[in-house]
Amino acid sequence: MLSYVSRRLLYSIPIIIGITLITFFIMYWTPGKPTDVSMELNPKISAEAKERLLKLYGLDKPVYEQYWNWLRRIAVLDFGNSFKDGIPVISKIAQRLPATLLLNFLSLGFIFIGATLIGVVCAVKKGGFWDRFLTFLVFLGFSTPSFWAALILMIVFGLWLGWLPISGIVSFRFYELSTLGKVLDLTKHLILPVFVSSIASLAALSRYVRSSLMDTLKQDYIKTAYAKGLSQKDVVFGHALKNALLPLITILCLSIPGLIGGSFIIETIFSYPGMGRLGYEAIIARDYPVIMGIGIISAFLTLAGNIAADILYAVADPRIRYK
Amino acid sequence: MKRGVVVLLLFLFACSNQSSKTVLPASENEKYGDAFIVADLSDASYLNPILASDTSSSQINSMIFNGLIKYDKDLKIVGDLAESFQVLDDGLVLIFKLRKNIVWHDGQPFTARDVEFTYKALINPDVQTPFSSMYLLVKDFIVVDDYTIKIVYDKPFAPNLESWGMGIIPKHIFEGSDINTSPANRKPIGTGPYKLDTWDPDQKIVLIANDDYFEGRPFIDRYIVRVVPDQSVQFFELRNESLDAVSLSPDQWNAYDSFFTHYDKFRQPMFSVTFLGFNMRKKPFDDKRFRLAIEYAVNKDDIVKGVLLGFGSKANSPFPPQSWAANNEIAQSQYDPQKALELLKEIGFEDIDNDGWLEYQGSPFSFSITTNQGNKQRELSAQIIQENLKKIGIKTSIRIIEFSTFINQYIAKRDFDALIMGWSLTLDPDQHDLWHSSQMGEKQYNFLSYKNQRVDELLVYGRSVFDVQKRKRAYYEIQEIMRQDPPCIFLYFPDSLEALHKRFEGIEPAPSGIYHNFIKWYVPKTQMKYGMGEI
Amino acid sequence: MKKLISDNSSFLGLIFIGLIILSAALAPLLTSYDPSAQDLTQRLLPPSFAHIFGTDDLGRDVFSRIIYGSRVSMTVGFFAVIMTLIIGATLGIVSGYFGGWIDSVLMRFTDIMLCFPTFFLILLIIAFFEPSIVNVMIVIGLTSWTGLARIVRSEVLSVREREFILASQMLAVSKKRLFFVHILPNIISPIIVYCAVGIGSAILTESGLSFLGLGVQPPTSSWGQILSGGKDYIYSAWWLSVFPGVIILFTVLSFNLIGETLRDIFDPKERV
Repeated sequence: MLSYVSRRLLYSIPIIIGITLITFFIMYWTPGKPTDVSMELNPKISAEAKERLLKLYGLDKPVYEQYWNWLRRIAVLDFGNSFKDGIPVISKIAQRLPATLLLNFLSLGFIFIGATLIGVVCAVKKGGFWDRFLTFLVFLGFSTPSFWAALILMIVFGLWLGWLPISGIVSFRFYELSTLGKVLDLTKHLILPVFVSSIASLAALSRYVRSSLMDTLKQDYIKTAYAKGLSQKDVVFGHALKNALLPLITILCLSIPGLIGGSFIIETIFSYPGMGRLGYEAIIARDYPVIMGIGIISAFLTLAGNIAADILYAVADPRIRYK
Repeated sequence: MKRGVVVLLLFLFACSNQSSKTVLPASENEKYGDAFIVADLSDASYLNPILASDTSSSQINSMIFNGLIKYDKDLKIVGDLAESFQVLDDGLVLIFKLRKNIVWHDGQPFTARDVEFTYKALINPDVQTPFSSMYLLVKDFIVVDDYTIKIVYDKPFAPNLESWGMGIIPKHIFEGSDINTSPANRKPIGTGPYKLDTWDPDQKIVLIANDDYFEGRPFIDRYIVRVVPDQSVQFFELRNESLDAVSLSPDQWNAYDSFFTHYDKFRQPMFSVTFLGFNMRKKPFDDKRFRLAIEYAVNKDDIVKGVLLGFGSKANSPFPPQSWAANNEIAQSQYDPQKALELLKEIGFEDIDNDGWLEYQGSPFSFSITTNQGNKQRELSAQIIQENLKKIGIKTSIRIIEFSTFINQYIAKRDFDALIMGWSLTLDPDQHDLWHSSQMGEKQYNFLSYKNQRVDELLVYGRSVFDVQKRKRAYYEIQEIMRQDPPCIFLYFPDSLEALHKRFEGIEPAPSGIYHNFIKWYVPKTQMKYGMGEI
Repeated sequence: MKKLISDNSSFLGLIFIGLIILSAALAPLLTSYDPSAQDLTQRLLPPSFAHIFGTDDLGRDVFSRIIYGSRVSMTVGFFAVIMTLIIGATLGIVSGYFGGWIDSVLMRFTDIMLCFPTFFLILLIIAFFEPSIVNVMIVIGLTSWTGLARIVRSEVLSVREREFILASQMLAVSKKRLFFVHILPNIISPIIVYCAVGIGSAILTESGLSFLGLGVQPPTSSWGQILSGGKDYIYSAWWLSVFPGVIILFTVLSFNLIGETLRDIFDPKERV
C-alpha cells in the first residue's frame, strides 16, 4: 500500500510539470499583455511607461527563460506576486480558498445526500411514479443553464419572497453577530449558491446510486437477508446501500478539479469571493503569476483527490489490494 | 431552517422599528451618521494612487488621498492640498503654496517633503507606475520650504498643471521600503476625508470618516464599496434597497417606477466619446471622401435613440459639449444615404453586377467592424451601423473580440478595417496623442493613422499655451477641419445614469457630477439606516 | 428503437427534438421576420400576435431569432460531439487495444487534461482569438473528450479479456477483423449513449460561454447568445430570457431522457 502511494506520488511529478508547461505556453501564446486591461486607451498612460512596466515584470525576456525562472522560483515555493495588486499569489489564493472550499464541500455534501436519497427511492420504486418523477426532476436540474437558474432563483427568493439575500457571502453586520447569528447569516447566503452548483451533478450521481443499488439488490446475500425475514428498510439501509455507495467515493473524489477551480459563473452571479472569479479575472487581466499559481494548485489538489480516491476505496473495500 | 429565517426576519424588523420617530431640527450635530453603500463590478487593486490605473481603485483612492489641485464643481482647477498656486513664465514654472496644519491619517504632519517623495517615486524606474511620462517632463523640482514647492519645466505644456491632481502619498510610510510591494498599498494612509477601515478581498471595502479632515469631517460615517460583478444582480440589490447608489444602463433607467420608489435618478454627461474608426493605412479608408460618405450613411440619431435610448448626444467632434473647448457652431452631421452614394460613386464604388452590393473599382467590397467584447452599447451600435450600411449597398461583418486580444492582435498590429471604440477624455482638452501624426507608433494612440498637417500644428500649439482663449481658438479650428477631413465617425457622447437613495440630502448636481460635495451630504436623523455598530 | 418509442419520456424527447430540427430546417416557412432585421420603433415589445415571443432590444423578432438560432445551437452541439468522439474514442480504443507503454502515455495525458479546471477552457478560447461557431465547437470538443476516452478504454479492455476474443486470437483471425467484428460492436453502445447526452451538454456549455461573452458572435444568434443577451432584461422584459431558457432546458432534457432510455436498452443488467 505504502509503496503504491509513493509510486503514485512519484508519477504525479511529471504530470504537474506537464500541466504547468501546457498552461504556461498557452498563456504565452494567447495574445495580450498584463498592461492592457486597465491601462489601454487611457491617454494619460504613455507607450513608454507601459514598456517600462513590462520590463519590470520580466516579460521582455524570451519565453523559455521566463518559464525557467518561474520553475526555479516554484521549486522554493515562491509563486511570485500578482501583476494586478502586487500581492503574493499564494496569499491571494489562500484568501479565496476557504470560501471556495466551503461552498464546494457543502455542495458535495448536498449532492452526496441528495443523490443517495433520490437514488434509493428510484431503485426501490423502480419503474413506479416516484422513480419517474424524481428522474425527471434531476434531469430537469441538469438541463438548466446555471446562470439563468441562478437569476430566476434570485428573483423568486430574494426579490419576491424576500427570504434570502440576493448576493454576497455575509451581511454587512456580520462581525457584530453572535456565533449562532453568524452561522445563520452564512447559511442564508449559501443556500442559493450551493443549490445552483449542485443541481447539475445531482442527475448523474443519483442515477449512479440507482443502478448500483439495483445491482446490489440482486446479489445472493441480499436474498439471504430477505430470507432471514428482514424488512425492506433494513435490507436496503443495513446491507445493500453500504456496498452500493462504494463507487460513489471515487466519483466524488474525481469531481474535485471542477470544485477547486470553482465555478466562475456561479461565483460571479452571487458575488461570491472564490477561486473561479480569481482565475477568470486573472485571465482577462493577463495576470500570469496568478494564472500559473491557480493552475498548479488545482492540479496538485486534483491529483491528491485521485490518490485519495484510490486509498479510500481500498480502505472501504478489503477485496481491493494495490501493489 | 425556514423557521430560523422567519425568526431572523422578525428580529431585523424589530430593529428597524426601534429608530426614533421624533423629528428634530437638523443641527450640524444631527447630521453625522449613517453609511453610503455603492457597488463596483470589480475589486480595487492598489489603494495607492501612483500605482493604480483601474477605475475601481481610483474611485476609492480619491476618497483617501488628495492631490495638490483638483477640479471644482464647475470643472475649474482649484487648490486642494495646495492653498494657492501660480503659473509663471508662460507655464514654465509652477509654484504651489501648501496648506498648513494638514495631518496624515496616522497624525503625522503633511509637508512639501511628501510631495517631493511622491514626485521621486513617480519618476523612479523601479516603481511600477503607469503615470511616469507626465512627471519626466519636469526639469527641476525645488522644495523652497516646508510649505512651498517650485516646479520648473523645459517647455510650456498646458496639461502640466492638471498632472498635479495626482494623489500625494506619505513619505514617512513608504520611505526605505519597496513601494511596489509595500503593505501600505493595502492599508493606505492618506490625507483625504475617509480612512480605510476594512478590506475583504472581492467582497467589500469599508472606509470610515476622517475626524481631522482639513475641510471638516464628512457627515456620513462610512463609505462602503461592495463588489457585485454582475450588472443585473446590482440592479436586484438596488430593488432590495441594499445598495445606495448604482449606475444604470439606459434600459434600467426606464424600468418600472416601482424600482425607484426609494431612489432619485441623476443624469450627467460624461467625458467620453464613442466612435467608428477606420484603418487609414488601407484603401479606400484613407480617402476622406469615403469617410465622409460613411458619415452620411450612418444614422447617428438612430444609434442615440436605439442604443442610448436618448441618454446621450450625437457626436460631431471628439470634444464633448460640456467641455470649454467644444465648438458648438460646427456643422451637425446629417443622415443622408443619397449623398453618401454620390460620394462613393466619385471614388469608384458602383454596383456593376446588380446584386445590391457595391463593387469598389470593379471588385467585390466588404469590410469588418471590430469591437471589444463586454460592451453591449458598442455591440448594438455595430449592429445598427451594419444595417445602415446595408441600405447603401456596403457589406460589413461584425467581429467581437476579447479586450486584451483586441488591443494586441488587432489594434497594435493595425490588423483591422474598422472598429468601434471609445475614448475616455481628460477634462483638459489636449488630444495631441490621439490625432497627431507623430503618434502612430505600435503602442501609441493614433492607431487610426490620422494625418492632417494643420491639425498637427494646432494640437501642438494648443497644449503649449496656457491662455484659455488662445487654446480655445486652436481647438475650435481643429473641430472645423475634422468636419471636412474626419479622422473617424464620431458616434455619440454617452450620459452617466445613476440612481441614488432618497434619504441622502445636500446633493448639488453640477457640471462635474454629484459627488463633488460628498463630504457635505447627510441623512436626516430620523431616516438613518445604518448605525455605527451595525455594519 | 421500439423501446425508445414505447418509453413515454424518451418518446416525448424524440418528438421535441424532431420538432426543433424540423423548425430549424423549415425556418423561413415558419416565420416571416428576418432574424437580424432591426426595427428600433418596435423594441422590447411583449409577446403578441404579431411577435409571439416578443421583440428584443433592437426590435428583432425573438421567435424567428430562436428558430434560426436552433440551426446554430444544434450544429454546435452536433459537431462538438463529433469532435469529442474523434478524439475521445480514438484515444480510448488505441489505449485499450494496444495497452503497454502506449496506454500509459495516453492515460497520463488524459490525466493531465482532466486536471485542468474550466478556466482553462476560457484560456483556450481566448487563445483562438475569435469566438466563432467553428472555434466554439472545437474548444468544447477539445475539453470534453477525457470522460469518453476513459469509458471507451475500459470497455475495450474488458472486451479484450473475454473468452471469445482470446479464442479468435488463437484461431489467428486478422486484427482488422477482430476489431471490427468483435470489439467495435461491443463498445458502440456506451458511445451512442455518450453522444446523446453529449449534444445536450455541448448546448449547455455554449450557453455558459455566451454568458461570458465568448460564445457565438452577433448578428449570428445561438440560443445561448439570445439567453445571455436577455439576462440584462430579466426583470423588465422577461420574454427575452424565458423563451430561450425554456427551449434550451427542454432540448437538453430531451437528449438526456433519450440517453437514459438508450442506457437502459443497452445495459442488459437492467432488463427485467
